Amino acid sequence: MSLLMEVSGITKRFGGLLAVSDVSFSINEGEILGLIGPNGAGKTTLFNLVNGVFKPDKGTVKFDGQDITRRPPNDVVHLGLARTHQIVKPLYGMSVLENVIVGACFGRDYLHLKPARKVAMEVLERVGLAHSAEKPASGLTIAGKKRLEVARALAANPKLLLLDEVLAGLNPTEIAQMVGVVRGIRDSGVSVFMIEHVMQAIMSLSDRLVVLSFGQKLAEGKPEDVARDPQVIEAYLGDPDIAGKLKEKN
Amino acid sequence: MILRHPVFWLILAFAALMIFLPLHGNNVSMREDLILVAVAVILASNLNLMIGYTGYVNFGHIVFYGLGGYIGLYLAAEKGWRLVPAALVAGVGVSLFALLLGLGILRLRGAYFALATIGVLQAVQSFVSNFDPWGRSTGLYVSFDAYEKMGGARHALWITYFLVIAVMALSMILSLGIKISKFGLGLFAIREDEDAAIVLGVNTTVYKAIIYSVSAFLPAVAGALMFYKNGMIDPSIAFEFMMSLEGIVMLMLGGKGTVIGAALGGGLYEKLRSYLLTSPKLSNFHLVIAGGLLLVVVLFAPGGLIGWLYRLVPRAKKVLE
Repeated sequence: MSLLMEVSGITKRFGGLLAVSDVSFSINEGEILGLIGPNGAGKTTLFNLVNGVFKPDKGTVKFDGQDITRRPPNDVVHLGLARTHQIVKPLYGMSVLENVIVGACFGRDYLHLKPARKVAMEVLERVGLAHSAEKPASGLTIAGKKRLEVARALAANPKLLLLDEVLAGLNPTEIAQMVGVVRGIRDSGVSVFMIEHVMQAIMSLSDRLVVLSFGQKLAEGKPEDVARDPQVIEAYLGDPDIAGKLKEKN
Repeated sequence: MILRHPVFWLILAFAALMIFLPLHGNNVSMREDLILVAVAVILASNLNLMIGYTGYVNFGHIVFYGLGGYIGLYLAAEKGWRLVPAALVAGVGVSLFALLLGLGILRLRGAYFALATIGVLQAVQSFVSNFDPWGRSTGLYVSFDAYEKMGGARHALWITYFLVIAVMALSMILSLGIKISKFGLGLFAIREDEDAAIVLGVNTTVYKAIIYSVSAFLPAVAGALMFYKNGMIDPSIAFEFMMSLEGIVMLMLGGKGTVIGAALGGGLYEKLRSYLLTSPKLSNFHLVIAGGLLLVVVLFAPGGLIGWLYRLVPRAKKVLE
């Protein structure tokens, strides 16, 4: 497994708030890396730093051998780093298919309209939206909009896909379908870096997990190890002494 | 690609009709009516590139028309250039001006951009009113013998008419070409959600600056032709804020974002305006009616006439861009 992305010492401050503080981690090719942490831990901010929406105050992001630290998001997509949004951002006035064509047209391969349309149809098939291709994007359900986010990012033909809570707000059936979609993406050779709150899903999907709390990296490792980490349990359950107690017990 | 589009042929047919109608029987008064219709279509179509395609409301669009008029008239009347090269240089010059300006003011979004465009219009008008080579507030005039190069004034009027019709057809073809291109798709993405467009890979800074500059070119050429034809230009008629606002009314009336809608709105509004202006009872009311019309359209038919047609005949959406 070779290294696809390396983030080192990344830091972002908003006024007095240290949103992300000195976080380092790496992603290997063909891996699903999960990012978890309590609300407000800085997960989405970390995504925004990685794909260039925010400029970090300190630290570097290396992707596929290149330093992309201060590159704007539209450049980063061309290198093969696509993402979805936690708060879905469909292009409302356009059809589902057109939304995905935008992704294909301006993604890594910078396709012309015709081949982009073909790619878009294939991607819609993969995420299970093909039957709604001609619908206006505004007419989709929340689950549909999440799928559209994934489809649009996937149409860019990325090497690494950042998924920001694609399971949130879905019912159990929809979650099972989306988990299948994510597995399929990884099996097709795309690495995945995903934020998720649905624990069961993220535990079973991820090869490794990074835990963020108050902007700092709390733990990193295999899901089962992370789940046993006293500090992680403390962060989630909120008892300030629980880490100490658990350590004593062991 | 564009040749296979039915709207392309519709545009050519429309232009041919505009040429044929007044030429048949040498109807000069009809020609003077239709040239105003053509100018309205030019302004509305190019404004549509910003408002309808990219979602940026430009209140100062008329500045391109006026500046084009000044540059064209200055070159043709004072420097003795021929009309066509003068108009083309006016177009290129104004486009470059818009490109530089756009890279700055297009950093603003929404209402702030709209306000900045009003500022641009006022600033340019003030500058020109104090610019000596362009005759300050008295403006520039074309001496009658300048038309001799074109075979006399009577001939010159017909030639400028054909040129204006050509610019009108080009405006519509440009709108269509952009609409069915990848470039257009990028613009629509900006219109729908600029932040999403950036993350999807659209270089929005460059796209916006280019379309702002493109939307300046043909109005500037038209301005050069029209003011040359009229024989004079001054800052108050070249940079009339009302004309900018009426451009927006035309666009909303016809249906923003569509090639046909912009042209339809431009043509119909101009017809209505000239009827009101020449009617003895209503001549002072045309702006009141324009304002009322805008309200009615925005409230009850935000898609304009074309949007209304799409709703009646959904299949029209596939054919009429």
